[in-house]
Amino acid sequence: MLDTLLPILIFSALALAVIGAVRRVRLWRQGRPSRVPILQGLAAMPRRYLVDLHHVVARDKVMSNTHVATAGGFVAAAVLMILVHGLGLANPVLGGLLLLASSAMFVGSLFVARRRRNPPARLSKGPWMRLPKSLMAFALSVFLITLPTVGILPEGTGSWLLAVALAAVLAWGLGEMFFGMTWGGPMKHAFAGALHLAFHRRPERFSSKQGGGRSTGLKALDLDDPKAPLGVETPSDFTWNQLLGFDACVQCGRCEAACPAFAAGQPLNPKKLIQDMVVGMTGGSDARYAGSPYPGKPIGEHVGEPHGPIVARRGTALVDAETLWSCTTCRACVEECPMMIEHVDAIVDMRRFLTLEHGDTPGKGAEVLDNLIATDNPGGFDPGSRMHWAADLNLPLMRDVGQAEVLLWLGDGVFDMRNQRTLRALVKVLRAASVDFAVLGVEERDSGDVARRLGDEATFQSLARRNITTLAQYRFQRIVTCDPHSFHVLKNEYGVLGGDYAVSHHSTYIAELYESGRLHFAPWKGGRVTYHDPCYLGRYNGEFEAPRNVLKALGIEVAEMARSGFRSRCCGGGGGAPITDIPGKRRIPDMRMNDVSETGAELVAVGCPQCTAMLEGVVDASAEVRDIAELVADALVPESESRRDGVRQVQPTAEARIAVKEVAS
Amino acid sequence: MQPDAHETGANTEAVLEVAVLVSVGRHPLTGRARRADQDARGVELAKSLDRAHVTLLHAGEFDAESESAMRGYLGMGLPALTLVEQPHGADVVPALARALSDAQPQLVIAGGRAEQGEGSGLLPYLLAERLGWPLVSGLADVEKVEHGVATLLQALPRGQRRRLQVRLPAIVTVDAAASAARQSAFGPARRGEIEVEPAAVAWDEAQEEWSVSPARKRPKRLKIVKATSARERFKAAAAKAEGGGGQVLTDVTPEQGAEAIFKLLKEEGILR
Repeated sequence: MLDTLLPILIFSALALAVIGAVRRVRLWRQGRPSRVPILQGLAAMPRRYLVDLHHVVARDKVMSNTHVATAGGFVAAAVLMILVHGLGLANPVLGGLLLLASSAMFVGSLFVARRRRNPPARLSKGPWMRLPKSLMAFALSVFLITLPTVGILPEGTGSWLLAVALAAVLAWGLGEMFFGMTWGGPMKHAFAGALHLAFHRRPERFSSKQGGGRSTGLKALDLDDPKAPLGVETPSDFTWNQLLGFDACVQCGRCEAACPAFAAGQPLNPKKLIQDMVVGMTGGSDARYAGSPYPGKPIGEHVGEPHGPIVARRGTALVDAETLWSCTTCRACVEECPMMIEHVDAIVDMRRFLTLEHGDTPGKGAEVLDNLIATDNPGGFDPGSRMHWAADLNLPLMRDVGQAEVLLWLGDGVFDMRNQRTLRALVKVLRAASVDFAVLGVEERDSGDVARRLGDEATFQSLARRNITTLAQYRFQRIVTCDPHSFHVLKNEYGVLGGDYAVSHHSTYIAELYESGRLHFAPWKGGRVTYHDPCYLGRYNGEFEAPRNVLKALGIEVAEMARSGFRSRCCGGGGGAPITDIPGKRRIPDMRMNDVSETGAELVAVGCPQCTAMLEGVVDASAEVRDIAELVADALVPESESRRDGVRQVQPTAEARIAVKEVAS
Repeated sequence: MQPDAHETGANTEAVLEVAVLVSVGRHPLTGRARRADQDARGVELAKSLDRAHVTLLHAGEFDAESESAMRGYLGMGLPALTLVEQPHGADVVPALARALSDAQPQLVIAGGRAEQGEGSGLLPYLLAERLGWPLVSGLADVEKVEHGVATLLQALPRGQRRRLQVRLPAIVTVDAAASAARQSAFGPARRGEIEVEPAAVAWDEAQEEWSVSPARKRPKRLKIVKATSARERFKAAAAKAEGGGGQVLTDVTPEQGAEAIFKLLKEEGILR
């Protein structure tokens, strides 16, 4: 009886899966067009899965092995099952392989089940809780129906009752694995995920045989075409492969665990956001979502539809604006996502619409953008006063010298008294190494980072174009900056607007200077030091080593925080978050300072003006915040050359600083 | 934008025709053209009115600078702006008066003073005089408009408010007491239409004779505090600015009034 039933079961499940797939593809196709190389993408998919995706999954060894056994077992078992039981190729070899595959899958599903016994908060519950049982149902029933094929059990063993029961269990397994895969069950992640890898919007982010890929610059909006939409208003305004990407989410919640805004109790949860985009794509309410909500926002109050607004001008729609504005664009979620979903792109796309069409940037956003338009800096300072901090430094101006080996990009930190100390230290270091450098002076403008992340693409492009025009007048080998935000924008986001530069962060440059023997340091005498990786230097640009090398050269042994390197926790200062200032239960910099104090460090080395400002703003901090440039400048062994310049560096020594601290506390 | 269109179409009740006079502003630090702050507050006030049909009116040249400023107003969510084209050096009062008497708005809103040009703040007064309409300055809010009478809230110093009723049509001006202008968004700014209307030109002959130089900060009379204790200094700092030396003249002839003003100006050293 099973011989007739099995092909019917298998092929009807496959047929339903195909119908579901067509329906699902039509849901994705609601999105805007996006040109991707279809065949090349499909060809690259196995490598992207086996190398790039697995690289992320393998950060959790147990889960990675579980997935290899379960998914590998399932794919092999499914193919073999179609051959053996669907097409009736009752070959003992194939049957033996099928037994092997289904056993591997069964073992894997036992581990899935173990994980679901006491699932961590970040995992979604709901239909996901039945997944291990479905996996076992499939693996077990396939195993049992194959036993007669290989001759371990004689044909027709057991009664018809047993056969019916077995068929029913198999139908359950097939339903979850084939039908559920394309009709929106938990297994959807496999179907959408595979295609998402093939048609990813950022193919450059995947590694190739030559080396690891990286793609972190935001995509530019076409502002020349008046009909091109300004950001994303409705779910169907995303490109189709972005929608496909949202659909690939496996709800593992790694993003949620990494998100600083979620941890701070701000109303953002990257996982929920992606699920909300899926809700919007299919139409309906978020009531069926079974994971952690946005902190402070109950589930079931938001509804969306493919062509309806995501953020309502009044009242509620799919997502509240403050959810989008809580993001610090730190990319921790993107870094952690095993499905390679681009959360930050989606958030900025939606922010663009709010800023460019609604004119609704919260907090100080509108003021900052107005300042950027009128004065080219977010603080609204007189652009003519850009170099006041260096009145005594006699910095060579590009306008005078025309060319230099290094163009020192100062950033808007010139207006901030704390960052001026860093800049002065950096100038001292460059002079000590006799670097041929020059600055743009008052010709420099804001890089456009904050405008772009607040969604104001128009102001970003205006600033970027004018900066590119200025830079085009001068000759230099590379740009060095102590601001990772400027660094990222100059390096990765000016390219499409016509500005391609070699850009280095000051830590990278100092490391190179040291290695080439141009800097000499006195040994470190201070206490324990830890290092905070700025998001825009580390995760965005993969520079984790140079700052540590500099600290090592200073004789500092870095006491690493639990979350460091690519898992560094954001300081809370990125993406315009301090400007929009969405309230939460805790402050992100406070949490980061706690991370610092857990290492027992007396000093936290940073390499970013934003991080400095955020971490120094922490009340009752246990550690001092110093930029790497300041540490280097303090450790410089004086050379006769620096005195010849006749420029006296007024640098408070570390001892003096500590003495002041003691008096104050 | 869309709600406005909807309201004009569907609503059978009288729609309040509002014209906002907007000028090209100038950023105090960089001198870049922008939407003028007070005029933008005027647009904000107009947009906050119920059942109002708002039109923007600017008299001046059409060039890159003025366009960026005009688009700044359009970015607040208005579909169009009417530009009464006037060359540099023209007196815009006659042209604006003609445009207003043609359009017959019930309420005209203007910023208290421009950020460049003469910036005397006299334009609304000259318009009111020419059109014969009442003028209310320093408006904080328009509370309601009923049967052709508007109930207005006028801002007085130190947060005081005065409720006034004025028969429409009228001209009102706003200053920093009115609520701040909403953000100007790029999309509506780019889409908004600038409808250029040619107009007769009257040259401002008086202005040609003037020489213009950059303004300096006005000297401010220092408040001399003779305090011996912290408490007294605090009281002096927190105290209301008392007029003290002024006098209130009532029931005097214009000549007597003029005499008193003349005397004061002499005392203050403004007239020599």
